[in-house]
Parts: sequence; structure tokens; C-alpha cells
Amino acid sequence: MSEALVAAEAAGAGVEPVPGASGARQFWRRLRTQRAALVAAAVVALLVLVALAAPLLTALEGQDPTTYHPSLVDSARGGVPIGSFGGISGDHWLGVEPQTGRDLFARLAYGARVSLAVALAATTVQVLLGVVVGVAAALGNRWVDQLLSRAADIIVAMPLMIMALALLAIVPSSFPRPVLVALIIGFVAWGTIAKIVRAQTLTLKELDYVAAARLSGWSTWRIARRELLPGLAAPVITYAALMVPANIAIEAALSFLGVGVKPPTPSWGQMLTSANVWYQAAPQYLLLPAGALFVTVLALTVLGDGVRTALDPRAASRLRVGTGSKREAKAAAEKDVQSDVQSKVVQSKVVPSKVVQSKEVQSKEVQS
Amino acid sequence: MSGFAGFALRRAMGAVITLLAISVIIYVVFYATPGNVAQITCGPRCSPEQVHQVAQQLKLDDPLYLRYWHFLEGIVVGQDYSTGTSVEHCSAPCLGQSYQSDQQVTQIILTKLPVSLSLVVGAMVLWLLMGVGTGVLSAWRRGRISERALTGLTLAGISTPVFVIGLLLMIVICGQLELLPFPEYVSLTDDPEQWAWGLLLPWFTLALSEAAYFARLTRASMLETLAEDHIRTFRAYGVGERSLVGRHALRGALAPIIALNANDFGSAVGGAVLIESLFGLPGIGQELVHAVNVVDLPVVVGMVLVIGFFVVLANAVADVLYAVADRRVVLT
Repeated sequence: MSEALVAAEAAGAGVEPVPGASGARQFWRRLRTQRAALVAAAVVALLVLVALAAPLLTALEGQDPTTYHPSLVDSARGGVPIGSFGGISGDHWLGVEPQTGRDLFARLAYGARVSLAVALAATTVQVLLGVVVGVAAALGNRWVDQLLSRAADIIVAMPLMIMALALLAIVPSSFPRPVLVALIIGFVAWGTIAKIVRAQTLTLKELDYVAAARLSGWSTWRIARRELLPGLAAPVITYAALMVPANIAIEAALSFLGVGVKPPTPSWGQMLTSANVWYQAAPQYLLLPAGALFVTVLALTVLGDGVRTALDPRAASRLRVGTGSKREAKAAAEKDVQSDVQSKVVQSKVVPSKVVQSKEVQSKEVQS
Repeated sequence: MSGFAGFALRRAMGAVITLLAISVIIYVVFYATPGNVAQITCGPRCSPEQVHQVAQQLKLDDPLYLRYWHFLEGIVVGQDYSTGTSVEHCSAPCLGQSYQSDQQVTQIILTKLPVSLSLVVGAMVLWLLMGVGTGVLSAWRRGRISERALTGLTLAGISTPVFVIGLLLMIVICGQLELLPFPEYVSLTDDPEQWAWGLLLPWFTLALSEAAYFARLTRASMLETLAEDHIRTFRAYGVGERSLVGRHALRGALAPIIALNANDFGSAVGGAVLIESLFGLPGIGQELVHAVNVVDLPVVVGMVLVIGFFVVLANAVADVLYAVADRRVVLT
């Protein structure tokens, strides 16, 4: 997914502290009203379940993802699975892999584990790095801020896929590959979230309750932990929710290119590498991982949209555009005045032009 | 205007610094790794003598910062390599020598660059047309069934990894329907018709996945502009709806689209790498993947710098264009 768009969408999510975002209950109530997000959440829950229960499910089938079954492929015909529909049978629910005869269902289920685990781990790395750098930049002195902000700028400017590809070249292959992929995706894509967190922290810092804490002699660390972090939750969660599907796509892409997760560890992207050769003999070898990727990324994206809407009521009004009734327009205009004031506060402090821009883009989206 | 010139200058400086930072990171990460750099650079099949020779050519006895400085020097003014028996000149911009393929990195890149440029530029034209067109249409038809269909399509486009789109299109269009031949690259100067014909599917694939973002952004931007006062005034004057949407509103909505176009360039380049590998187009992306797989360090470093150059350049140009197009941007 596009970094730029994610940034633009996440930037506005909490730049204005959500009034009365006093907790999870309000969030759930807002999330529940969105039917698409609920369906997506159910799909995601199912995927997580499959991933967690992969060993159980494959034990039920009586297979595992790495055992070769040479007797199930026709070596005379280049390794095409024997039997109809790519070798689907009671023993092999979705057929077997061409050439190797490995069980397709098992590889798909274990592939879900790899996809989700790598994406979640990468997102965690991005969030941790981004929050630490962003808060430190906002609370540190001028030099710290300059240094960290420049670093974030540079990270944002780097072409993510290319950097990840290049970095994968030099790490010895003995290093566990999924961990490596997660770390690398995490380390090349924390810039945007750091910028969002920095901008949000600068806004929060000026609020009365933070000033009060400072005046009562709280340490910077305590203020950051007790007063600032809760206010950062909304934009960070929004961004993270949008980054998970993006990270899944990146992992799949790297593995598809043959440099990400390597065999025998199964991965959806990796399964697609040679799928186009076999699509006539075993179409499910292509369609299953492709479909799995599509459904997963789609569900996570819709869920991410829902999470954003639930955390940011202003975005909600944007999503339900349509009638353009007078009352809506007026309400939107009032919100704009507020957000203008807010964005001026932010703009006067935020130096990097990109953040100003993404705020612009965001406020454009919000206004509509 | 001086404010603007200053802004442009600062932005250019920023781009140069970013590029330098990328080069430092890449260089240090690659050439300060534990392990025998000379052996890795030379390749697994090198004899100890060859490895020794490579170590001398890379001046591995020098400290890292000095080697980096030589590397930069090579890019700016060129470099001479002694290969033991003869001295080879590597003219600026010299990105080093690939010992595994026995070629200069700059030469490798120059032979691959036309393919990648053909792919990305052609696709960019398509994705702007498709994305902006879809966005305008769905803003215009908002609330109707056609808008819902377009929004759904857009979401599907965003959710499908580009190589999956390409795989499916290739199988259906080239394999089953045989509407197009399987993609191949023919040089533009050799045969323009074959060039376009062979690249049609790769263009379309890359454009489809990028257009989805532009459709989303254009729609949002259009809806905002359509709600502005001057549009209402136009409407009151009796300007037709078509001209209102197609001309007046689109003009106001273009600024963020310009910005995204370049900011998204990096992800488009990533997509191009996938597409080149998928369709077997001999471009920079395919070469980079190959170099990563065989750990040809000089090539990887050179490729990353060249790609980084284009991405950073695109970002800088976008920022400046954006500032020109939208005066509301605060110049900092």
C-alpha cells in the first residue's frame, strides 16, 4: 500500500484529540455501527484462527506442510499432480503442490501464520520505533528534534521495496528468514509514523492538562508516559491498522521475488512464484494463495478504515458523503474552523513540508 | 517570489542530503558487514588469488570513510581501476565494478534503464488517466450505483498485490484468450510498434494498481472542491454541470494529485520491480533481484542509488509543483 496515502489518511486521525475518547467502549460502539468493518473483522478473526490452529487443522487432515509426496505427482509430465483438480482427495483437501507433492492445504494454513506473524511483527517494530522517535523529537531540544526529524524524512524518502530488497542481500541465510523479513520491513518504514507522532505530540504538549502536569513538576518521562501516550493512541492505532495489510503485501512481494521467506517455510507470495507455470494442470495452486492474499489484505484494509472511522468522528462524516444536505455542510464547516485553528498550531511548529502537506491532503479529505 | 525560490533551493538541498544519507547507509551497511567483503564481492567461484586482487582494488586496507570518499569521487569524476595487468578507466558517473559479471555497474544500469523507464513512464500516463478519470466520475456520480461500483473496484484494486493482478491478467489475456502476446521488451528505437505492443500488459498491470490510489484521492479532492464557494457561484451563473466538474472543479482538485503522484513514485518503482520479474522484462528491477540473489554487492549498491536518485528527484519536483499549484501550502 502506498506510504503516502496511509500517511495522509492517518495524519488527521487524531491531530485533534477526539473529544471524550475516554475509552474502548466508545470505540466499540462506533465500530459496531459499520457493517463492512464488522464483516471484515469476522474474516480477520477467522484468518487468525486458521493461523493459530494450523497445526491442529493439518493434524486433522493428517498432513504437514513440508513432507514431499513424490508418488502423488506425475514425474513423466514434469511433476503435474496426479488425479483430478490437482490431486484433491480425502487425504489432501486442496490437492498437492506440483513437482513436490507437498500438501496444499497445509502450506496454505501455515502460510497464513507466516503472513500474519511477519506483518504484525513488522508493524510492531514500525510503531515502537515511530513512537519513540516521534515523542523524543517533540520533547527533545532543538538539535534532537532536527536530527530525528531529518532521519524520519530520509526514511520516508527511501523507496521501501528497494531498500528491503537490498538489505535482504547481505544478511547470511542462516538467520531465520521470517524474523529477518519482519525486522527489515519494520526498519525501513517507521518514518511516517514518527512524523505523525511528532506532530501530534507537539499539539498535545500545548494543551492545558499537560502544561498543568509540567507546572506541578512532573518529569518529562512521566509526562510522556502518563499524559502524552494516551493522546497518541488514536493516530497510532489508526496508522498501525492501515499498515498491517500493507506489510502483508510487502512480505508477499518479497517472497514472490524469491528473496523473502524461503522454502521450506511456506508463504503465500512464495507459492505464487511458480504458480503461473502450473495454472492449467492445477489452477488452485495459483488461485488459492492469490485469493488468500486478496481476502486478507481486503479484510484488513476495510477493518483499518473502520477503526479509523471509529477513532475519528470527523472521518466518519467524510465516509458518509453523498447527500450534501445543508446541515451536514454547516457542521462540516464548523469542524473546519476548529481544525484550521488546530492545523495552524501544528503548521507553525512542524518544519518538514511533507507533514504540512499530508495535513493538507487530510483536511481536504475531511472537508469533503 | 524570493520566498519561493528559497523554498525550491532548500528542497533541492534536502534532496541532495537525502541521497547522500541513502548512499552512506547503503555503503556502510554493505561494506562494513562482518564477513569477507572481498570474497562476497568477487563471488563464490573466485579463487584465492582473484579474491586477493579484488581486495586490493576495493582498497580494503583503507578505513571505511576513505573508501566511501573514493566511491563518491568515482561518481563525480570517474575512477581508474588497476586489474593487475592493465588499468581500466571507469568514467563518471562510476558506480564501481561487478566482479561477478565482469562489467562496470554504470554500464549494466545504462543497458537496463531504458526498459524500466519505458515501463514506469508509460504506466504513469495510464494510471493518471485511469485514476483521475475514475475519481472524477465517482465524485460526479456520488450517491448513485455507478459510484458504489467504482468505489468497490477501487478497493479491490488497492487490496490486490500488483503481482497477483499481473499473474491473473497474463493467464487470462495472454494464455486463455490470446488477445495479447506474452509481454516482451523490444527497444523503442528498433520497432516502436512492437515496443508498445509488448509493454501493453505490463503498463496496464502497474497502472491498475496505482490508479486505485489516485481514484480515491481524486474523488476526495473533487468532493471538497465541488463544495467550495466559487463552484457554487459558477453553478448560480448557469455553468453546465459537465463543465463545472470537468473543468473548474478538476482544476482545484489537481494539487494533491500532483503531490501524491510523485510521493507515490517510490511505491510505483517497487511495483515495477515486481512486474519486471513477473513478465521477464530485462530492466533495473529484474537485475536488482538477480543481484540480490547472487549477492553481487557493487550492483546492488549502484542500483539502489540510481533508483533512490529517481525517487528523491520525483519527491522534490512534486513538492515544488505542489507549492506552485496550491498557494495555501506553507513554505518552510
